[in-house]
Amino acid sequence: MDFNFTEEQDMVRDGLSRMVREQYDWETRRKAIESEAGWSPEVWAQLAELGILGMPFSEDDGGFGGGAIDSMVIMEEFGKGLVVEPFVPTVVCAGGFLKHAGSDAQKEDHLAAIIGGERIFAFAYAEPRGRYDYADIATTAKKDGDAYTLNGHKAVVIGAPWASHLVVTARTSGSGRDRDGISVFIVEKAADGVVTRDYETVDGRRASEVYFENVSVPAGALIGEEGKALPLIELVTDEAIAAQCAEACGAMKVAHTMTVEYSRQRKQFGVPIGKFQVLQHRMVDMYTAYEQSVSLTYLATLKLDAGETERKRAVSAAKVGVGQAARLIGQEAVQIHGGNGVTDEYAIGHYFKRLTIFDHEFGNVDHHLKRHVELS
Amino acid sequence: MNLDFTPEEIAFRDEVRTFIAENHPKHLGDFGMREDMTPEEMTAWHKVLGEKGWSVPAWPVEYGGTGWTPTQRYIWSEENARANTFMPLPFGVSMVGPVIYTFGNEEQKAKHLPGIRSGDVWWCQGYSEPGAGSDLASLKTTAVRDGDHYVINGQKTWTTLAQHADWGFFLCRTDPDAAKPQEGISFILIDMKTPGVEVKPIKLLDGGYEVNETWLTDVRVPVENLVGEENKGWTYAKFLLAHERSGIAGVARSKRGVEKLREISANETLYGAPLIEDFDFARKVSQLEIDLAALEITELRTLAGEQAGKGPGPESSILKIKGTEVQQRLTELTLEAVGSYGTPYYGSIANDNSEAGSNQYPIGPDYAAHSAATYFNMRKTSIYGGSNEIQRNIITKMILGL
Repeated sequence: MDFNFTEEQDMVRDGLSRMVREQYDWETRRKAIESEAGWSPEVWAQLAELGILGMPFSEDDGGFGGGAIDSMVIMEEFGKGLVVEPFVPTVVCAGGFLKHAGSDAQKEDHLAAIIGGERIFAFAYAEPRGRYDYADIATTAKKDGDAYTLNGHKAVVIGAPWASHLVVTARTSGSGRDRDGISVFIVEKAADGVVTRDYETVDGRRASEVYFENVSVPAGALIGEEGKALPLIELVTDEAIAAQCAEACGAMKVAHTMTVEYSRQRKQFGVPIGKFQVLQHRMVDMYTAYEQSVSLTYLATLKLDAGETERKRAVSAAKVGVGQAARLIGQEAVQIHGGNGVTDEYAIGHYFKRLTIFDHEFGNVDHHLKRHVELS
Repeated sequence: MNLDFTPEEIAFRDEVRTFIAENHPKHLGDFGMREDMTPEEMTAWHKVLGEKGWSVPAWPVEYGGTGWTPTQRYIWSEENARANTFMPLPFGVSMVGPVIYTFGNEEQKAKHLPGIRSGDVWWCQGYSEPGAGSDLASLKTTAVRDGDHYVINGQKTWTTLAQHADWGFFLCRTDPDAAKPQEGISFILIDMKTPGVEVKPIKLLDGGYEVNETWLTDVRVPVENLVGEENKGWTYAKFLLAHERSGIAGVARSKRGVEKLREISANETLYGAPLIEDFDFARKVSQLEIDLAALEITELRTLAGEQAGKGPGPESSILKIKGTEVQQRLTELTLEAVGSYGTPYYGSIANDNSEAGSNQYPIGPDYAAHSAATYFNMRKTSIYGGSNEIQRNIITKMILGL
């Protein structure tokens, strides 16, 4: 048993922490998310330069030989600064699909570009009716000679406005919620028939509604085996969940620290409000929930390579526990900040918003509690 | 003891239902509250009710109240919630109005009550300060007597909708040497057009602008704008807060909200079936309904107590705590119900629509729009009107005697 990080991981954490603190300060972030683009390509280029984007890839794949623990370290720092840049869609999701199931040609085509920061991906999986069920999709991909023709509508595709490429889930056979018949494709956003409508999200990111109108992709766009992608999707989304749990841990850490600090500064009735026991105990409960979340995030991250059932149980456990903690900490942090907590000016409200949306991505608390029950 | 309406009450319900159907301005639709409402839209229903004589039902009849029983007032708010009307804002009707008719002089009543009833005069509340929130009595805004005027200096905050206000009621310190901070505070009415009054908007986390900072710099206010006695303002403020709390439960609105939540979750899908058929989700909706049912009866018991001559007492703090918890839970479950479409920031999308025309693809179902903004916005309810922590302190002191 060993809960220590490697020297390299500590260095990554320190470097990233400094970068987020010094170059992703609150005003810089605000300017970036309020700009027309809504993010900072310069920050992305810098992450590539620092080797962050290549961290979780093997050396064979052109990366730095790290893995899920490295992604965890990175995402926790991103969470602390509410970094909006698309590490999860590009590196964890698209990178994950390629890493696990990409052909040599696909890896060659995309991985170096991902690691170098030149190619941004978004993961188009959610649909208006499908909610948390990755198999409940109406987007179709019909085999047509050497190509596939895609039709359908993907909802709230995070990071799509910044992306040049999309990873798209589609049904190649079967119907309804069949586990069989789901396939994954890489689609260039500039392809004929891809129509997007871009917008801001409440947690400071950007997303698109993506419509596929007879979009033709070559057979080489298929990742993995046709019709057999659901287990692959479950694996990659589990990795994304573990990464986002780490992000939430970073955000919760800051939200809690800010709240304790605020309770020290804010005086009412002649004393700092942190002197009131009723608030003290609530901040202790927030702290406890945060520590438990870190533990569950470690558990999920360390079990990503385990057998399917063990992995899913650990990931669901983390998504449940971190989701509950994110709700508690977000709500209490705002409450203890009083009126200032509901303003746009104070950072705490932005942490609250990110922690709220965290629960809605890749399955909420109830969904993962059910998955845990089903696997127990 | 029973919960049934009498035939007279049913007749009353039919009467108000018909009145609302026939007189609620059609251009307001049935949206209730919208983020982009104009001041005219916010007062439209108030003005109709003012003409009918129904804008201030809870006031004593001599000041324009309707003399309705608590049950009739309950029916009135139920029917308004049913039609999703935008009710008169509380600042005049439920806050300063009762203070003026209870503690004000005849000139003040004659000058201010008609405008509150008709909806022609917009009021705002100048209580909180940057350093005086839960500890309201520590407020620092000063009113110094200078001949026939008070000269007022200070900064107020969270002044809701002050950007539209004609008048404000302010708590100011008139005796800085009083033995206790609660003594030495006065309740003063200020014309918002007076030189030296400056209103600066505060952006909230939902993207909207409903509260403001209000800066008062050498604002000269005639002494006749003092309500009641000098240095007794704290008494009036406490009276007002108790009144504010009794309306804060928002039961009828929440009932309408639960109905809407059921509609949404019947329309949304989870695992191929309607969301409302998912036991985990249905269970949460039922839990909310149970809390709301308890709250409704608790509020009716409080209203009945008022009818029997007991003013709203410290138990109204229960209504504030549970009412806001229900409102917050309702908006949270609504956000959960809409799924992914809670994530778009509709504040930015509305602008896109108006620029690009209507031929764009829609973003989610209509009911999903603003669900996150509403959830975020409702976090304020456990903070304002005396935070829920302060309400618990009140119950601790006044009811438990600790």
